[in-house]
Amino acid sequence: MANPNAHGAQHGHDSHGGGHSGSLKSYVIGFVLSIVLTVIPLVVVMNDMFSKQVNTLIILVMAILQFAVQLLFFMHIRDEEKPRFNLIALIFGLVIMLTIVAGSIWIMTYNAVAT
Amino acid sequence: MWDKIKEFSSEFFVTGDPLILGAQVSIALTLVAIIFTLSYFKKWRWLWTEWLTSVDHKKIGIMYIIASILMLFRGGVDALLMRVQLAAPELEFLNAEHYNAIFTTHGVIMILFMAMPLMFGLFNIVVPLQIGARDVAFPFLNSLSFWMFFFGAMLFNVSFVIGGSPDAGWLAYPPLSELSGSPGVGQDFYIWGIQISGIGSLATGINFVVTILKMRAPGMKLMKMPMFSWSVLSSCVTIMLAFPILTVTLFLLFLDRYLGAHFFTLDGGGNPMMYLNLIWMWGHPEVYIVILPAFGIFSEIVATFAKKKLFGYKSMVFALMSISFFSFFTWAHHFFTMGSGANVNAFFAVTTMIIAIPTGVKVFNWLFTMYRGKLSFPTPMLWTVAFIPCFIVGGMTGVMLSVAPADFQFHNSYFLIAHFHQVLIGGVVFGYFAGLYYWWPKMFGFKLHEGLGKWAFWFWNIGFYVCFMPQYALGFMGMTRRFNEYNFDMGWQPLNVVSTVGAFLMGIAFLFQVWQIAHSIKFLKMEKTGDSWNGRTLEWSIPSPAPHYNFARIPVVTSQDDFWEKKQRKLRGEKDAPEVIAAEQAPLEPIHMPKNSGIPFIMSLSWFVAGFGFVWDWKWMIFVGMGGVIACMLARSFTYDTDYYIPVDEVQRTEAAARGAH
Repeated sequence: MANPNAHGAQHGHDSHGGGHSGSLKSYVIGFVLSIVLTVIPLVVVMNDMFSKQVNTLIILVMAILQFAVQLLFFMHIRDEEKPRFNLIALIFGLVIMLTIVAGSIWIMTYNAVAT
Repeated sequence: MWDKIKEFSSEFFVTGDPLILGAQVSIALTLVAIIFTLSYFKKWRWLWTEWLTSVDHKKIGIMYIIASILMLFRGGVDALLMRVQLAAPELEFLNAEHYNAIFTTHGVIMILFMAMPLMFGLFNIVVPLQIGARDVAFPFLNSLSFWMFFFGAMLFNVSFVIGGSPDAGWLAYPPLSELSGSPGVGQDFYIWGIQISGIGSLATGINFVVTILKMRAPGMKLMKMPMFSWSVLSSCVTIMLAFPILTVTLFLLFLDRYLGAHFFTLDGGGNPMMYLNLIWMWGHPEVYIVILPAFGIFSEIVATFAKKKLFGYKSMVFALMSISFFSFFTWAHHFFTMGSGANVNAFFAVTTMIIAIPTGVKVFNWLFTMYRGKLSFPTPMLWTVAFIPCFIVGGMTGVMLSVAPADFQFHNSYFLIAHFHQVLIGGVVFGYFAGLYYWWPKMFGFKLHEGLGKWAFWFWNIGFYVCFMPQYALGFMGMTRRFNEYNFDMGWQPLNVVSTVGAFLMGIAFLFQVWQIAHSIKFLKMEKTGDSWNGRTLEWSIPSPAPHYNFARIPVVTSQDDFWEKKQRKLRGEKDAPEVIAAEQAPLEPIHMPKNSGIPFIMSLSWFVAGFGFVWDWKWMIFVGMGGVIACMLARSFTYDTDYYIPVDEVQRTEAAARGAH
């Protein structure tokens, strides 16, 4: 989308980031997997296939798998060199995400309106 | 047929209010004047090739700043209208409905369409110059970000004359913002205006994180980076994690309104409190997003005008980064009164108080930097010195608000209003003004008139205290926010009148600033040097305004405040390190630059069309707009010719012209 070399030929370092090792095959696999993982919870919920708890569990599991698929097939989490910005960003993002989900559940559980 | 047109236009345009009618007429006249001027001077082509399609970070920055100053004007007029109403509530200058619309648009415009673009404008102008880069990491995306912001802001603003403004508060809490509470299109303008500009903000955040991490000049280790760039990094990391929450939250609200979902309704299993919970997960980090760069600006200015290295560089970095981390753990303090129980409130009260610690560290750093410095007080430094006491008072009242039991008294009162205006004006606005004055010569090659700047400064400051100090007292007297009338028996009127006087003093201050800019352009005195303030960082080592490619040769950095150290070495008659000399004497090479592109403008315009279609639920318009967006994406994907080289002789000529002016 953008032009990472825009800062000049003699610039000290290359801003390409990690080499993009994604092949057509891996993109197609990722694409299909992400669609399958989206369709499964939709089918399960629309057809009332299981109890509410099981449905919730299926949605959560599919969400986590979806997260992994995105990272592995599209975000190139595997082909990273030093410095490990991807890893740092991922850990930080996970901490914030955990805070958001756990915090919301905590706040809303004790919320007088909700109960 | 005629009746149909009449019926449509009475729904489409806002009618029946003389204030808005006046605005409609003046908007139409301004548009005609702009079109006439551009056509008369044959400037359409110039506008398109030099500005609208530009991917140059300096031009994008200037466009951001122009847009934000226009928005400051509109938000400021909103504020003055509200103050007039509150000084004389019996006059019914604004009726309840109009008042609701005005406090809503005032809040949204000031935070999202004034503070954010002013901040992005300064990012764009300063960061690449300060870290020794020739542009941002993704210049095309940068242009797209600007135009997404611009058209988002326009979509929001258009609601004021077409369809009716949103009036459910600046964060649009349900159930008021649901279809049941706000059946008009105003709320849809709100959702789409913010969504479109929000995508732009997120992209800018990513862009600058990558720029700072990947494009620093050789030798500039992270711990040698100027403090403003550090503050931009911490702010952008926060943007990257916070803005997706906003997008999702508003999307859920959109689903509620457009498709009849039940995320935030009390029936059908939803819960309006969940919206508060989600929106403040963005909203709280958002206020740190806008204040952190202001801290960076003050750090640069204090060091420059004390002629001293910033005191406690490492602790400053640590404070910035820990604030951006802790900003994600405090959101519930915006709704202590929601009833989530003592444990939740205690936790979020403590996290809120923790944030005061790194902020306090920063204040001491600035004070110790000034201690025994060779101080001078031109306008940027004045704003910095005025900021410190103002922000301390604002911060301390914030700590008062963080005490959860006491907050049950302060909640939604004018005490809160005074608090957040004090940190947002005293911190953010003062900071960005300081930055504007400081980097103005770098943008345009001339300084703003000092005398008029001092008038503006004093009017702003005195006006600020006259306006907001009474509001603390009004809060204690029981006055709550967001209503347009109160009974004379309440005894609130005298202080409200004082507050209104203060607001108008700030309005006069703004006029002084407009005069200051006009005066400085009329009696133009171009500077002969790129180093306007005897600066310390790389941006002052190149000519003002910076040439298109910024640096003819990318410098090699050896220390923190590199340009200052270099000047000191020269004074002492010492030699630079061999790698620095080698980089300076290397032969010029052709410079690789990104080509201008019209796609960002057209794509954002398509988003505007699609958003307008969604607001009115006109399917054909949605298809046209989204079709345009997809076409632009395809066109960009298959454009391979996106860059070019500036030949050496052109660089030589530009450098000779800029340096020859000495």
